[in-house]
Amino acid sequence: MTYKKTLGASALAALLASTTMVAAQDCAEPIKVGVLHSLSGSMAISETTLKDAMLMLIEQQNAAGGLLGCEIEAVVVDPASDWPLFAEKARELLTVSEVDVIFGNWTSVSRKSVLPVIEELNGLLFYPVQYEGEESSLNVFYTGAAPNQQAIPATDYFLEELGVEKFALLGTDYVYPRTTNNILEAYLIDNGIAEEDIFVNYTPFGHSDWATIVADVVALGEDGKQVGVISTINGDANIGFYKELAAAGVSADDIPVVAFSVGEEELSGLDTSNLVGHLAAWNYFQSAEGEANAEFIEAWKAFAGEERVTNDPMEAHYIGFNMWVNAVEAAGTTDVDAVRDAMYGQEFPNLTGGTAVMLPNHHLAKPVLIGEIQADGQFDIISQTAEVPGDAWTDFLPESAVLKSDWQTLGCGMYNIETESCVQLTSNY
Amino acid sequence: MTNSFLMRNPSTLWFLLGLSLFTIVVTALSDAGVGVMSTSFVKTLGKTLCLCLIAVAMDVVWGYCGILSLGHFAFFGIGGYAVGMWLMYARTEGIVLDSFASQTIPPTPQEVTDAIGNQIFGVVGSSEFPAIWAFSDSLILQLLLVVLVPGLLALLFGWLAFRSRVTGVYLSILTQAMTLALALYLFQNDSGLRGNNGLSGLQNIPGFEDTPQSTISLAFFYASALAVALGYVLFAWITSGKMGSVIKAIRDNESRVRFLGYHVESYKLFVFTITAVVAAIAGALYYPQAGIINPAEIAPIASIYLAVWVAIGGRGRLYGAVIGAAFVSLLSSWFTGGGAPAIPLGFYTVQWTDWWLVLLGLSFVAVTLYAPKGIGGLFDYLVRKPS
Amino acid sequence: MTRVLIMLAMLLGFSPAAQAQDLQNLLQTHAEEVASPGRRTVGVVLDDLAASGIPQVATFLEQWQEKSVWQGPEGLFFIAAEEGDTLNLTDIDSGVQSTAPAAGFTQLKPNGGVRRVIGTALVQFQLMDPDLTRRTTAVASIARRPEASQLAPLLASIDGESDAALKARKIQLANFLSASFADDPTDRIAAITSLSTDVSVEARAVLNQILTTSTGIATQLPSDANIAQVLTPGAEISLDAAYALLVEDDLAAPITTAEEIKSALAANIVDGRVGDVPVVQLNTTDNRAYAYAQLAEAGTAPALVTTADRDAALADYVFFEIYDEDDATITTAAKTALASVETRVAVGQTADLTLDALSLASIYFLAAIGLAITFGVMGVINMAHGEFIMMGAYTGYVVQLFVPSYTASIIIALPLAFAVTFGAGVAMERLVIRHLYHRPLETLLATFGISIALQQLAKNIFGTQARPLTSPAWLDGALVFNDVVQISYIRIAIFVLAVIFLFLILFVLKRTRLGLEVRAVTQNPGMAASMGINPDRINMLTFGLGSGIAGIAGVAIGLYAKVTSEMGADYIVQSFMTVVVGGVGNVWGTLAGASLIGFLQKGIEWLNPSNTLAAQTYMILFIILFIQFRPKGIVALKGRAAAD
Repeated sequence: MTYKKTLGASALAALLASTTMVAAQDCAEPIKVGVLHSLSGSMAISETTLKDAMLMLIEQQNAAGGLLGCEIEAVVVDPASDWPLFAEKARELLTVSEVDVIFGNWTSVSRKSVLPVIEELNGLLFYPVQYEGEESSLNVFYTGAAPNQQAIPATDYFLEELGVEKFALLGTDYVYPRTTNNILEAYLIDNGIAEEDIFVNYTPFGHSDWATIVADVVALGEDGKQVGVISTINGDANIGFYKELAAAGVSADDIPVVAFSVGEEELSGLDTSNLVGHLAAWNYFQSAEGEANAEFIEAWKAFAGEERVTNDPMEAHYIGFNMWVNAVEAAGTTDVDAVRDAMYGQEFPNLTGGTAVMLPNHHLAKPVLIGEIQADGQFDIISQTAEVPGDAWTDFLPESAVLKSDWQTLGCGMYNIETESCVQLTSNY
Repeated sequence: MTNSFLMRNPSTLWFLLGLSLFTIVVTALSDAGVGVMSTSFVKTLGKTLCLCLIAVAMDVVWGYCGILSLGHFAFFGIGGYAVGMWLMYARTEGIVLDSFASQTIPPTPQEVTDAIGNQIFGVVGSSEFPAIWAFSDSLILQLLLVVLVPGLLALLFGWLAFRSRVTGVYLSILTQAMTLALALYLFQNDSGLRGNNGLSGLQNIPGFEDTPQSTISLAFFYASALAVALGYVLFAWITSGKMGSVIKAIRDNESRVRFLGYHVESYKLFVFTITAVVAAIAGALYYPQAGIINPAEIAPIASIYLAVWVAIGGRGRLYGAVIGAAFVSLLSSWFTGGGAPAIPLGFYTVQWTDWWLVLLGLSFVAVTLYAPKGIGGLFDYLVRKPS
Repeated sequence: MTRVLIMLAMLLGFSPAAQAQDLQNLLQTHAEEVASPGRRTVGVVLDDLAASGIPQVATFLEQWQEKSVWQGPEGLFFIAAEEGDTLNLTDIDSGVQSTAPAAGFTQLKPNGGVRRVIGTALVQFQLMDPDLTRRTTAVASIARRPEASQLAPLLASIDGESDAALKARKIQLANFLSASFADDPTDRIAAITSLSTDVSVEARAVLNQILTTSTGIATQLPSDANIAQVLTPGAEISLDAAYALLVEDDLAAPITTAEEIKSALAANIVDGRVGDVPVVQLNTTDNRAYAYAQLAEAGTAPALVTTADRDAALADYVFFEIYDEDDATITTAAKTALASVETRVAVGQTADLTLDALSLASIYFLAAIGLAITFGVMGVINMAHGEFIMMGAYTGYVVQLFVPSYTASIIIALPLAFAVTFGAGVAMERLVIRHLYHRPLETLLATFGISIALQQLAKNIFGTQARPLTSPAWLDGALVFNDVVQISYIRIAIFVLAVIFLFLILFVLKRTRLGLEVRAVTQNPGMAASMGINPDRINMLTFGLGSGIAGIAGVAIGLYAKVTSEMGADYIVQSFMTVVVGGVGNVWGTLAGASLIGFLQKGIEWLNPSNTLAAQTYMILFIILFIQFRPKGIVALKGRAAAD
């Protein structure tokens, strides 16, 4: 219902805008939206879907009357999973194609590669993937989950609901797992878990030899404590991991595994019958009930194909794009500074119910969902929290606990609340 | 000496002339001139020049000396890392000092170091400065490291390998293993070089915060052009004359050269090391233009691509390597950048982002089979035909 | 419409059950908790249900656990099954069936923790159930959450147990429970001692639980307590950790941190000075300490606590670990038993690591053996070898699309993968490699070109997403010797496959006409040709054979890991190193190379278990060094065959 209303409302607004604005803006040029997702290379698996999602959203918006009376044009480039190329393509988008906003990136490295460019040229980036936090840029809106919107609630679920007393933190060796696991380690110690009860292991991308690690995890149970695995294993490596887990006969009842990087897409490469009951934490699952989600899935399947699934970063783009559209309409222009000001406090209904709000720290307030893997490769949502406000700087690491991001009133993404001063204006990269 | 050498090598003169002309044209088209060429394209051209330089080095080691090294991109990467460390350190130091300036109590030197460490390594969950960053506060020392580290590594590796008479494909595999080991090492978060993240924000040159990127990119373009010119002359000089003849003889029949009394290992070691150093210098110029360096850059495939550029350009002729590197890398970015028009076949539309690699792969095969002299060979044919 | 149905359901449900306390009423008193239960809070509901004695409780709990209970719009609970948009409802008391539209009903989804608690509550109903699966579930529930109260019913159920395996399991569990919870210490000690040969994780858990300790602080070591260990600061416990314990118990003030000093100084700046130190000079630790001391003296800041104060405070206390179990005889028995178990576990772990290493070696061997022929015997460097592995794996995937039976599909896929990659290999040899026999370095380039073309082609055809290749059910699971030593069947299958191919290739090369001709052609093609052998044909067949084996390896690797367009690239460098380390031109050499690499990698991983990447780095460095000192590999050919 809400979805239809909003669509109607935005269409109406667009119509109004078109009648009022046409005089001011004769639309000699369409409004350009840059799409910066890898279409080739190792990340194409995940990112191509997001490019398609963006194309669908833009098509829908154009069908609903465009924006400010203008047609929206997607400028799609392929940074080919090559991190330096992300910076080059971002510069091209902003200076050659002169786009008004960029939707893109998946990996943290690629984001860090793009940051200096968009800060230099005052661009606007919507980043749709769950990430490790510890960053705040004036020019980026983070529509994916910060650690406190995914990792921390999932860990709470382990501690509270599953009574896990001993943790295995398994991850692929790169920034997101490293930082997330550091935060989780600090959080667990705060919650009375002894340091020796936390087992941490990092494996390379695409790792396939999991027998020893799975055996190590099983052996953790030898002191009679309930063991749980928190997995930040990325991409293809999950397939070998879950296969080995199933082969070792580890059921979710004995050693539950919660994953932060495994969604509907990743499960489609697996036979999930042996994985029933293992968990994943996201802000969105395809199985979420509600009319908005049903319509979104229907539109997606019609656009991209019947066998395609939806996932969390797609919802992030869905929310991000619609918020941007509304902010542009509110500002009456696509000028980055004006749109940014209009973004704060933007509200848009989530596909999972409730409302996402854009906070002054450029993060969203979104609900956290925990789902159990089902035999059909979908997730059964067993826990849903109220909206959690995203936190750029974690409260669980001493050096970031004193930092706060507030671009709206403080005008600073790295504000030290103890010394009451702005540490720096550019972001860390 | 050099004068007479240049006189004897008209092709080198032609090359230098062409390069100067190219530099002037780019300047005229860029923001410093009429402004039709975007900053990002100037950067692309600057980076391409660096790739040409490493390709020339590769041509000397492979095309002239017959050592198919699949490890020169590792040296390129080390050069980039060495410069990147200073760029990151100095930029972060500026930010940290600014932020301390606003506090009431002045910082202790230790606090400054900790804050810089925290900024740089916070992303990999650490704040300690690893030992390899010992010289990162000094540009001069880091620039020395650009030359020294790859030079010594190449010397050590070459000495071990040539001494054991590891040759041919074995040496290729061994150099590839070296590259892989280095890439895997750098991928580790504990490597002290920020793991998979690598070093980023390198395009912001400390001390030139207020200079626009259009100027910086042009400056680096000139530096790259100068490096290519110097490198080209150096290698042209090495490969001509008596030494050049010995090197080429080693390529053609190593045993015979040895029997003639030459110390083959020394020649090979010299060529291997000097090309490694030039590769590192190319890397040190490349990454400030690219903006980020990370371990994926050093993956074995990059070095294979390097060999492919040289093969397509034409081995055993320095301009061939330049042509190959420039041609293939620019063509590559044109095709993958969506610049090439899709070809509708009615039943299927050929998207070049999908099919470019297939075409590229098959063209290696074609070049190897039917045009072992590459594009440079074609060039030779055209130039010499009239005479 | 829905309302009417509900009313009907309510009528049906309520009228007969109105006489006594019925389940629905009982649940309604806890409606909120039942609808969204929590692990810590659900106990009240379960206790009430168990105490009520209502016969339907067991069924309800089972259905609840299975997520088959739904709550209607009026708040009533039903057992329900979804069928399209309608629900087939079963009344929880009367069992009356009805249907209702699913809209308005919500499914109750107790989470894993709650399900486990429900499982425990179900034990009393299921332990004596005639249905074997229910009894097994009950026993599994006890194992997951052992409680003292379960010992008696468990012991009582052992005699009547008809299933031998379950009976053994019950006896084992009863033993665990006695060790932890038996009333008589001698019973406990007997049970504990019997565990000293049991290496299972559960047995170790029981022993470790008996031996749990907590840390204590006192001025003097208590004489009557069951003390596990005295902790000397600086030795068994770090000075900081010991001091932190004191601070935690308010026995000492925390050490003043640099940050605290700094903020105290910042808060007490008077006229650009703190005390008599100008602010600009507060840029060294010494000056700050000096200024702070003045503040502390003036009473404007708390006294400075230094590390010297810490050490002095530590000297006044003893730190110790005390067993949670009071009876020293029990802890001693448990300690002895655990020591004996741990020796066995260490032996087991060594065995397990050896198995893992063997399995890894066999995977490397399988990936490299095709290369051992094309590169090792023929001297052709084939960078597209990895892509042949990938083609084999995709062949398996395609076969599974058409053949639904996993067993049949694998049986078809193996020879088909061989045929496909054999064909591809022959085609490549005829079209490309044949022309480059005298330019080995250029074969590298040409085959690399083919490699990236094939990889991209696979992406264009199959997409970039990993594709499933599922092993048949009989390869699921693992061969379990005990909880420490086990290996999955799929790895055993790969091992067997590797052994088969080792002997097959040895047989082909050494005992067949083809093998003789291959060896002749590789040693001296000219001479072989003059003896009537067609070198072209032999080269083609040999190359096809090597490629075909790569295809079969692809199916095996796809079964155990993943099928993606980049899977070949993961193995190519590894495979070349295997062949080179082992020694070119010799299948035994490849075996030796694969074993060396497999065992080495596992060994380094064991030394540094938290970082697999480091293990790979060190392994490659080792290989580089190894080749420097033994350039011809482990099994070096001697004499004429060794000539280049």
